[in-house]
Amino acid sequence: MTITLNQITKVVAGQTHIKPTSLTFQTGHFNVLLGETGAGKTSLIKLMAGLDPIAAGTIEMDGQDVTKLSTQKRNISLVHQFFVNYPHMTVFDNIASPLKVAGMAKSEIQGRVEEAADILQLRPMLHRRPHELSGGQQQRTALARAIAKESRAVFLDEPLANLDYKLREELREQLPELFAGRGAVVVYATSEPEEALLLGGSTALMDDGNVAQFGPTAEIYRKPQTLTAAKVFSDPPINVARVTKMGSKLIMGDSARWDSAKMKDAPDGDYHIAVRPHHVTPKPTPANTVALKGQVLVTELSGSESSAHFAMPDGNWVSLSHGVHPYQVGEDHPFYLDPSACMLFAEDGQVVAGGAV
Amino acid sequence: MKTQNQKAWFFVLPVLLLVAFNALIPMMTVVNYSVQETFGNNVFFWHGLGWFEDLLNSERFHAALGRQILFTTIILLIEIPLGIIIALSMPRQGFWVPVCLVLMALPMLIPWNVVGAMWNIFALPDIGLLGYLMNTTLGVDYDMTQDPFAAWATIITMDVWHWTSLVVLLSYAGLVSIPDAYYQAAKIDGASSWSVFRYIQLPKMKQVLTIAILLRFMDSFNIYTEVFVMTGGGPGNSTTFLSIDLVKIALGQFDLGPAAAMSLIYFAITLLVSWLFYTLMTKDEGK
Repeated sequence: MTITLNQITKVVAGQTHIKPTSLTFQTGHFNVLLGETGAGKTSLIKLMAGLDPIAAGTIEMDGQDVTKLSTQKRNISLVHQFFVNYPHMTVFDNIASPLKVAGMAKSEIQGRVEEAADILQLRPMLHRRPHELSGGQQQRTALARAIAKESRAVFLDEPLANLDYKLREELREQLPELFAGRGAVVVYATSEPEEALLLGGSTALMDDGNVAQFGPTAEIYRKPQTLTAAKVFSDPPINVARVTKMGSKLIMGDSARWDSAKMKDAPDGDYHIAVRPHHVTPKPTPANTVALKGQVLVTELSGSESSAHFAMPDGNWVSLSHGVHPYQVGEDHPFYLDPSACMLFAEDGQVVAGGAV
Repeated sequence: MKTQNQKAWFFVLPVLLLVAFNALIPMMTVVNYSVQETFGNNVFFWHGLGWFEDLLNSERFHAALGRQILFTTIILLIEIPLGIIIALSMPRQGFWVPVCLVLMALPMLIPWNVVGAMWNIFALPDIGLLGYLMNTTLGVDYDMTQDPFAAWATIITMDVWHWTSLVVLLSYAGLVSIPDAYYQAAKIDGASSWSVFRYIQLPKMKQVLTIAILLRFMDSFNIYTEVFVMTGGGPGNSTTFLSIDLVKIALGQFDLGPAAAMSLIYFAITLLVSWLFYTLMTKDEGK
């Protein structure tokens, strides 16, 4: 089972919401759509579900052109960010609703619903109404409906966003096994890079109605092809600065300059460098050797990690390091970056060199 | 011992007085009349439940009640489905929404006696636009002043014109409160438009429809003004509904006792049916 998008676009009132997009989603692993709110994740899902009209391009499911096929006939499932269940039906009837519509025999419906309910631990709630359930149970009901239906594609549109932290972690752990071996193509939209890393077999990075990059999750995390892709797939935000390359030297304005053997093949000129926050530390290490200086603006302490936002000539940077560091807000503090972790992007945003762990 | 404070009664007093003056006192006056007989000069004689017995055995009352039930049944059977259909076909967003809403609300803004007079003139066979066209252009023999069937048809059409909007507006309010996500979920489930109506729209409209049916039942069961202006209960007694008959007895014949007894029975029927219906419709809401 595959879903193939060929140059599909979405245009609303003259405005292009989805620029020509071609992707192929495979079964057997999660396909993550990662991007900020408004990047086009939900739009893309709605196009694939047939809920919104496509301006141009085609969609194929298993080689069959479904572009003109109505939503009703596409045999898909969709789980929303907010919990959508039929309010006046019991949990059982909610899970059974697509099966009833399909005209399945009563005994088979019973079996399928109970199987889905067992997987999602909804057995004791089968005869309750949605409003008598907690948020997590409501979302599990929606997921159970998607599982019981055994559709050929399952779209999960930020399904965990409205759940509290504990439930989110718990359900996120369960999700991959819920859909494993069911043969459906699973497309999972999220705005959290961490979720993409945890779930994604492959990830499509979305930005402003565009797919910035698509591929196996680990690979596109390590080797972003564009500055945009690097920005989308980084939380906290990736640090960016302008540099000038002369020979083997990289010159970051007056802030720093260092030798970079790795980047020596690129032609001399102006570039952007990008470096992830955990490669910028407040103390030098064998790897983190290039010294910078910046005024500390905001500090955050999250358990065993300290982060500091500090001012740099081309915008604010973030440092993320293990342990507790006694930053003073307002002080000028030295930071050290790992030159081997720097990625070099040309003025047009295309990667030139780098790509690191 | 718990301290008792009777001050609360003081705050209930205004409401109590209000209800007493606009409901209890007039009602008790009617109860008072219903058990007495008078021959004028403000002299009353005890008559017990005599008027009630007479009335419940009276052919005339049975006939009026029958007409009333038939009329209300027809009105509900036409206006509720028609109202739902119109509400379903109204736009959910865009320029035409306010236009439709205002057009819908217009008939309800017209005073009842004006509606009656309007339709009376409209339907007159010689000078009315409708009556004239029916008789000449369409060649249908139509005269609501002579033909009971024509009179009924005209009154029903008038009521449908006047009050279907209420059902439309209430249903529409129920419909627009349904989030898009439910329609999408239904589409994804593969539901037909009938299933969408049956399992999404109708349940969402249930509460407003309960109110709509209740209001249309009470109003059509108590209809007076329009019919009085249009036909005065005729031709013959063919459109003499309960309220028209009641006024004939009370003010035409000045039979205060029988009229009072009839008022109470009339009131009891309206109240009982409304209560039964409302209880049935809201029975499983607590669950």
